[in-house]
Amino acid sequence: MSDHHHDHHHDDAEREHERPLSGPALRVKALESLLTEKGLIDPKTLDAIVETFETRVGPRNGARVVARAWTDPAYRQRLLTDSRAAIAEFGFYGYGEDMVVVENTPKVRNLIVCTLCSCYPWSVLGLPPVWYKSAPYRSRAVIDPRGVLKELGETVPDDVEVRIWDSTAELRYMVLPERPPETAGWSEEKLAEIVTRDAMIGVARVTVPGSRR
Amino acid sequence: MNGVHDMGGMQNMGPVIIEDREPVFHAAWEKRVFAARLACAWHRRWNIDINRHAIERMPPADYVAATYYEKVLFGLETLLVEEGLVTAQELASGRAEAKAAVKDVLGVDGIETLLCNRIRARRGDNVAPRFGTGDAVVARNIHPAGHTRLPRYARGRRGVIARDFGVYVFPDSSAMTRDPKPQHLYSVRFAARELWGPGAAVGDSVCVNLWDDHLDPA
Repeated sequence: MSDHHHDHHHDDAEREHERPLSGPALRVKALESLLTEKGLIDPKTLDAIVETFETRVGPRNGARVVARAWTDPAYRQRLLTDSRAAIAEFGFYGYGEDMVVVENTPKVRNLIVCTLCSCYPWSVLGLPPVWYKSAPYRSRAVIDPRGVLKELGETVPDDVEVRIWDSTAELRYMVLPERPPETAGWSEEKLAEIVTRDAMIGVARVTVPGSRR
Repeated sequence: MNGVHDMGGMQNMGPVIIEDREPVFHAAWEKRVFAARLACAWHRRWNIDINRHAIERMPPADYVAATYYEKVLFGLETLLVEEGLVTAQELASGRAEAKAAVKDVLGVDGIETLLCNRIRARRGDNVAPRFGTGDAVVARNIHPAGHTRLPRYARGRRGVIARDFGVYVFPDSSAMTRDPKPQHLYSVRFAARELWGPGAAVGDSVCVNLWDDHLDPA
């Protein structure tokens, strides 16, 4: 590849392209080269955007927020009353979303969905997983949340309210899950390690690895 | 628009399957089209609401069959042509006939600014709220042919204002005429039984973000 000069290199994309390209892959390759020729994009910027979403933005950010809320009652209060400002305290890269954090309790299980498209809190959870954007989740979360949760291994007792948040605005939701009781005395860092993306969407609980709870 | 994108409450779509250790992207082309869309948004020829509506206009059978990034590609190609950044001829041939008339291009140092754009939906306009927290409301029974953030399942249903989030851009007009029509955005709480009938659990609820123009007093 080094015996001639490209204006731009996409090493992983080019390796991928050694295999026959599928329909969308061909269309995207053609589109990117057209947009570059038109002077509408710089492929180097595209590389940097991809790198940002693969490495700097993601659910580890949300996990840090949750762990702090679990260990610092004043922070938890700020997080629930002015979520955007409380999350901004972390200074996450590219943090530009209005946010509402909703808290799970022994009596309320919160669940986040976007029935109309796939709105998701990028700045704390990164890009959404495929299932979150899929027709089964978008269609069923509002009409059959208990069925969805049960399929995913979570049976919600009758006396617990399931509260769905349909994200239709430029205001995104994240669930503050319940802290597992066996984590008493854990540090914020150690707690952040067990907080999962699915728990912050609301389809799972946070559990301690190896615990039989 | 009463399109297939308005999926809340549809049935027979199958199980929710969570992929273990899912990568951020599943193919190189997904990365490129995702990033290209963000980079093209830099030119401000469309807003996020126009972008959503472009995807909603995908033919329904295609929409249901498409993956997320195939929808992104469809929306981007649609807007590039409709908003005049690329001609249909160029898109078909893959060859540029002329440079686009844009003043600059997104550079690496502009990425963070671009990612912060979403907060611009919240406005400082001094607009009085039509409702207060605790008010009983009914979602309008309207069926606009264009973009709307009022899901079908909520139309004509009674709920309660749970929270007033302040003044926001109104996506329904922003997508169709670019009029931001700033107004209050609320969280409206609907009892699951009000939406889905006696099959729903008694205490469950669905909270939907709705704007003043979606609501009437109940």
